[in-house]
Amino acid sequence: MAPMSDVILETTNLAKSYSGVPVLTGISIQVRKGVVLGIIGENGAGKSTFIKCLNGMTEPSSGEIRFMGQAWGNCSVAGAIAEGLVTIPQEFNLVNDLNVYENLFLGHELRTPLGLLDRRRMRRRAAELLAELEADIPPDQLVGSLGVAEKQMVEIAKALTSPCRLLIMDEPTTVLNQNEVATLFKVMRRLKESGVSILYISHKLKEVKTICDEVVVLRDGQFISHDPIDALDEAEMARRMVGRELHQMFPPKVSPAPDAQVVLDVRHLTVPGVLEDVTFSLRQGEILGFAGLVGSGRTELAETLYGIRKATAGTVEFFGRPGRFSSPQEALKAGLAYLSEDRQGTGILTEFPLAANVTLASLKAYCHPFIRKKEEAAKAESYIEKFRIKTDSLQTQLKNLSGGNQQKVSIAKNLDTSPRLFIFDEPTRGIDINAKSEVYAFIRELVSTGVSCILISSDLEEVLGLCERIAVMRGGRLAGILEGEKLTDEEIMYLATGVKG
Amino acid sequence: MKNTPLSGRRRGVMDLLSEYGPYIALALLLLVCMVSSPAFRKPQNLLNITRQISYSGMIAIGMTYVIIGGGIDLSVGSMLAFSGCIGIFAMNQVASPWGGVAVAFLATLLVGIAAGALNGLLVTAGKIPPFIVTLGTLSIFRSLSLYIANAGLVTSKNACYAQIGGLVWLGVPLPAWTLLLFTAIGTLFLTQTRTGRHICAVGSNERVARYAAIRTNWVKFQTYVIAGALAGFSAFLLGGRLNSLSSTTAGLNYELDAIAATIIGGTAMSGGKGSIVGTLAGALILGIVSNVLDMWGVSVNLQGTVKGIVIIIAVLIQRQK
Repeated sequence: MAPMSDVILETTNLAKSYSGVPVLTGISIQVRKGVVLGIIGENGAGKSTFIKCLNGMTEPSSGEIRFMGQAWGNCSVAGAIAEGLVTIPQEFNLVNDLNVYENLFLGHELRTPLGLLDRRRMRRRAAELLAELEADIPPDQLVGSLGVAEKQMVEIAKALTSPCRLLIMDEPTTVLNQNEVATLFKVMRRLKESGVSILYISHKLKEVKTICDEVVVLRDGQFISHDPIDALDEAEMARRMVGRELHQMFPPKVSPAPDAQVVLDVRHLTVPGVLEDVTFSLRQGEILGFAGLVGSGRTELAETLYGIRKATAGTVEFFGRPGRFSSPQEALKAGLAYLSEDRQGTGILTEFPLAANVTLASLKAYCHPFIRKKEEAAKAESYIEKFRIKTDSLQTQLKNLSGGNQQKVSIAKNLDTSPRLFIFDEPTRGIDINAKSEVYAFIRELVSTGVSCILISSDLEEVLGLCERIAVMRGGRLAGILEGEKLTDEEIMYLATGVKG
Repeated sequence: MKNTPLSGRRRGVMDLLSEYGPYIALALLLLVCMVSSPAFRKPQNLLNITRQISYSGMIAIGMTYVIIGGGIDLSVGSMLAFSGCIGIFAMNQVASPWGGVAVAFLATLLVGIAAGALNGLLVTAGKIPPFIVTLGTLSIFRSLSLYIANAGLVTSKNACYAQIGGLVWLGVPLPAWTLLLFTAIGTLFLTQTRTGRHICAVGSNERVARYAAIRTNWVKFQTYVIAGALAGFSAFLLGGRLNSLSSTTAGLNYELDAIAATIIGGTAMSGGKGSIVGTLAGALILGIVSNVLDMWGVSVNLQGTVKGIVIIIAVLIQRQK
């Protein structure tokens, strides 16, 4: 064991309950100086709650935290940052109306001796930080105009503006591509060498294996293990997270019947500045994958089909009828459901109870003319059972559910509209392995009942595992549709980037 | 310093306080006033309070919808004056007394609805922030009332109109009954119907609502129309009570009372959730406070200070969440 002086953070029997329900029990962990410690666990395992206890977002119900040898009674986020405990949150925490350098120094602006803002110094420092991250972002650009990956880089740079001893990264790579992840890892190694410790929370076991020195497994709010990374392989990590043998991740593929009708026929669909001449079709019972880089137009395509964006040219036929919907109401009525990629921004109402979220899009069926709350509750119960949603009650606000459970509610909400075509946009983003395989099994089950699916995903393994045909987008255009033996990582990346190898 | 565990009991009390806060406060206030002041507990005084709060109370119900839907309506007071003045104006053109009352009723209500629809249209189709839209119409409706009434009174020439305003049933004045009725209907509408649920959804997160195929603009539009209709209805009863309406003072600052009642009643300014019964409690609290202050002989000029303190305390308690 390391000498005590080496330990910069130590928790003893840390526990947290929300309205009497324990979500974290008896967590005792030590973090040593200059170590990257991975924390893995399924959704609802308590990872986020653990972090919130550390960084002052919430107060532990019991237990002790010692940071730098001091008992950690500090319960404010600002206080934690002042002590050198900095968190890069999973959800962005940036002000869209300010530019990059203003965001980086928000709350601890540099000043001239006269007390005025020292914009020049902030700009220069921002440029240095971004250069270290190899992020090509001008310090003067408005954050609102940045893409998600760029925002992530800004978020990371922001964490590095204040001197930090312990950096907490909550799922930092969700929206980054492989190159950006590699850069991030380079930065992490450099921080490590300078003596900074890092808590790295991720679902991506491969990444944990690559970057972490030690790994802690949490399951159901309890501490399971703490080992050097070399002691565990990915399969063992997954086993410990789930607590049982993992079955095969992807269900067997099934092709649509040879005579299956074409349910969606899109021709030359164009949205100025977003989509250019997109043509494809989809048959009943098929899962058509959409791959491509972030910003390649996949989500925009889905939003156009769903009636949120207006197409200026092209035709859409939906079950043999004109299907260029001008509003989500029309789309939904015709039988098109869209699970959006931004769960908290467009998918669920975090302040609403679970039952009301489930019936949000299908409420009409429960009104005669008053809402039949019993019917609503029964339906919500049936989804809780079907998707194994973990919740205290039907009245629990969704903000108290873990990401995976929120996602299941979001799927239930769409499913309750009885769709004929279901568009899944990043259905497994930010959810754990177990929930992932449940989502896959569900998609598979859905197509076997004759529903057709479009699966948009940045996770290549996912599209390759589920789809027999994959459309690849690049810069708002359809770069190609792959099938048969062309279904490989390399072919997809080639089409997505336009660069071979 | 050790990490002190937060006692479960304290958290429970705070939760209870913020959920039932308005009702607890109302009960305490009533109790204290009843015990301490014989003049207060006289039935006539209590009935006076219910009458006094009825007019702005009905407006507060409309305001509650608007605020839950994520908006605000500053124009309701001016709208009351405007619709009321036009109503009485129209009534005076009709010879038949009861026919005149019917005309006044319809005209006031329709003008209220139209004015609300104008607000709703500017907010939704015009994409102008509700604060700005209704600040503008606040000025417009008041100015139009002043113009048509020459900045004076619009007096009813109808023999029957005043009877409406003075109607009492089971000892309780008509406006108090309608306030109760609207509270009941309003609660039913908010909690048991699709539109009510949609108003909460739009106020909670408009983008999520839009992606869930809710017609967000239509939903928001309706909240302003409801607010307008209730302002019109209130104007009809207030005009009947006084047999006239002053274009300068009718409905003056009612928007502030309505917003205050809504907030004290526990509706979040950020929208998404709220309660009509809570708003009724908020209106009653405001009414009782100003009644008691009157009785104690506290200067009218100081009453605004007390009202302001009540509002701020109410929000402070809700913030404890």
